[in-house]
Amino acid sequence: MKYIDEFRDGELARQIAVRIAAEAKPERNYSFMEFCGGHTHAISRYGVDSLLPANVRMVHGPGCPVCVLPIGRIDMAIRLALEHDAIVCCYGDTLRVPASDGLSLMKAKARGGDIRMVYSPSDALAIARDNPAREVVFFAIGFETTTPPTAAAIRSAQQQGLKNFSVLCCHVLTPAAIAHVLNSPEVKKYGTVPIDGFVGPAHVSIVIGSAPYEPFAQEYMKPVVIAGFEPLDVMQAILMLIRQVNEGRAEVENEFTRAVTRDGNWIAIDLMDEIFELRAAFEWRGLGEVPLSALRICGKYAQFDAERRFPLEYAPVADNKACECGAILRGVKRPTDCKIFGTVCTPENPVGSCMVSSEGACAAHYSYGRFRSIPVVAETVTEAAA
Amino acid sequence: MSDNVMDEAVTASTVKKSYVRPLDFKNGRVDMNHGAGGRAASQLIEELFVKAFDNELLRQGNDGAVFAPPALPAGARLVMATDAHVVSPLFFPGGDVGCLSVHGTVNDLAMSGAKPLYLTASFILEEGFALADLKRVVESMAAAARDAGVPIVTGDTKVVERGKGDGVFISTTGLGVVAPDVDIGGANARAGDVILLSGTVGEHGVAVLSQRESLQFETSIASDTAALHELVAAMLAAAPGAVRVLRDPTRGGLATTLNEIARQSGVGMVLEEAQIPVLPQVDAACELLGLDPLYIANEGKLIAVCAPEQAAAVLAAMRAHPLGAKAERIGVVTEDPHHFVQMNTRFGGRRMVDWLSGEQLPRIC
Repeated sequence: MKYIDEFRDGELARQIAVRIAAEAKPERNYSFMEFCGGHTHAISRYGVDSLLPANVRMVHGPGCPVCVLPIGRIDMAIRLALEHDAIVCCYGDTLRVPASDGLSLMKAKARGGDIRMVYSPSDALAIARDNPAREVVFFAIGFETTTPPTAAAIRSAQQQGLKNFSVLCCHVLTPAAIAHVLNSPEVKKYGTVPIDGFVGPAHVSIVIGSAPYEPFAQEYMKPVVIAGFEPLDVMQAILMLIRQVNEGRAEVENEFTRAVTRDGNWIAIDLMDEIFELRAAFEWRGLGEVPLSALRICGKYAQFDAERRFPLEYAPVADNKACECGAILRGVKRPTDCKIFGTVCTPENPVGSCMVSSEGACAAHYSYGRFRSIPVVAETVTEAAA
Repeated sequence: MSDNVMDEAVTASTVKKSYVRPLDFKNGRVDMNHGAGGRAASQLIEELFVKAFDNELLRQGNDGAVFAPPALPAGARLVMATDAHVVSPLFFPGGDVGCLSVHGTVNDLAMSGAKPLYLTASFILEEGFALADLKRVVESMAAAARDAGVPIVTGDTKVVERGKGDGVFISTTGLGVVAPDVDIGGANARAGDVILLSGTVGEHGVAVLSQRESLQFETSIASDTAALHELVAAMLAAAPGAVRVLRDPTRGGLATTLNEIARQSGVGMVLEEAQIPVLPQVDAACELLGLDPLYIANEGKLIAVCAPEQAAAVLAAMRAHPLGAKAERIGVVTEDPHHFVQMNTRFGGRRMVDWLSGEQLPRIC
């Protein structure tokens, strides 16, 4: 695959790994948070961790939109299907997220809810056009990456005069969440959050540009490198972060110059500004209430806002007390530090947010890397047989 | 004139069939009568199933197929396998639910190292299903059975009300015989064994996905659905006693199947990603959809765990057969009390290849 294989070249990876090992100072440790679940996925799937020296540690941050979706929001989507008889359209990986009463969207579907997996909000629009007698709600989640398509769908619905389409808007914002990781009241509880820099999410920056991270880098003195989602992108970003740390710099650098500019995509930004407004606060699963971290549909488009169209009250639902997601998402603890990791809490039965989607910190470690935390006696046999 | 009319009436009364309108395979649809056990059901069986599957045992028209067991040498064993086939859509590039239902059960038998002898077929039809589509499915099934040399000797048909089925569900059961010196089972893998794969993975699942109403992307990928018993026979003949485990990686794909074997045998595995063949088109489709080809279904591939000293001979036999032309050695069996399947990535890292959790769902971004 042209333009993909080039960024998965093992030989180049080894060369960058050699550089990282040479430039990482042996007398100190480096902790970098990759904020986005896409990076977590790439690191786990290609085994990037195993190419890093022991003193360079990657912390999986709260950037998986499925993981950070609070239970109460999924409950709202389920109520729309089961109590209001709406056709609820959602992205595939939200289907399995646990909700209250032992339900999930998938289980609600089995109970008779008309819940349909779609690949884009325009699929939901088509379903609304095909079912004029039914209410169709698009369950919109994700960061700035998936927000413009939702905005475009709302504008299309208005232009087409669709009366039966609305959106349950759960879009969240990246810069606010990154700041919260370093700045929230919980940080006092945990002490200093051991993060030396951030791998910034490329897809988000394609939309908003790299500039929104500049005040953050300056205020907190933490370098940010915007990186693509291929494994070589991530490794190059780690090398760039190590260099910034070694040189005492805290700047926003752009590894993903093939798609990200400083100012982003103004057409998308204008569209989002037209359709959405900031929420004062929004609950994130594992992080709690985060101020100014999410969007809602503005008054001009109120008819497309499911929260105003249906009698829906948001009711927060507490996570399991044994769950360490809050500390794990901030890099204070590792997945294996959680007592219920891999025992009560598994990908089949996720208890906390980090285990919910394959991109969550705990799920990624469980599915791709748990052999690392358990002594494996395989190596000698492997060598003999090979 | 009147004589002629009388002649025709007399002829008609003695030939009952001329009063029965033949099934309308162009515009007709399955209705509840076709499952009621009366004349309509009988007509469907006669005009469609018996005609398509035609063989001596089926022609007997009894409730069961009566036959003498094959003369088995001492130590030979019979194998039975059964499989239900539900697929949406029913027709996809490279196949349909009909041929799939033959290949699925033939392969289940073959994965025990058996020579398949007979198949049965049970149809659950949905009221309103087009007879033209049913005929297409049945003829595909008949062709698959003929090609595999495994007759469908008895069957059953039921009709469920509209909305209670998905067009057609097909269950097939197969009977086969395994030779005395063959001992193949999921618990037989041992540390040091070599893992072979008969070809590229993921085509079936991607071919089906490409036809789903919600996706419908254009692709040249066709399902790999095929009967594998002759490939298995060639492998067993090339290195008697060498093959310890055979498994076709259907639902859950290569990754899930290897985890099943690792658990059954109480071993671990280490794979080499660079050795696992995947068509670039499959890779591209998976990339687009956020899926992993290692978890995508196959219908014409097999995994063989072999004794290391004879693995080369088995691999050569696989590559000499058309269905194993792209066979590769993809990894080794290891001692591992945790039964982990690990993989050295093409990128140079190491990761686990875990069980699939539920259904593989596309990622949001």
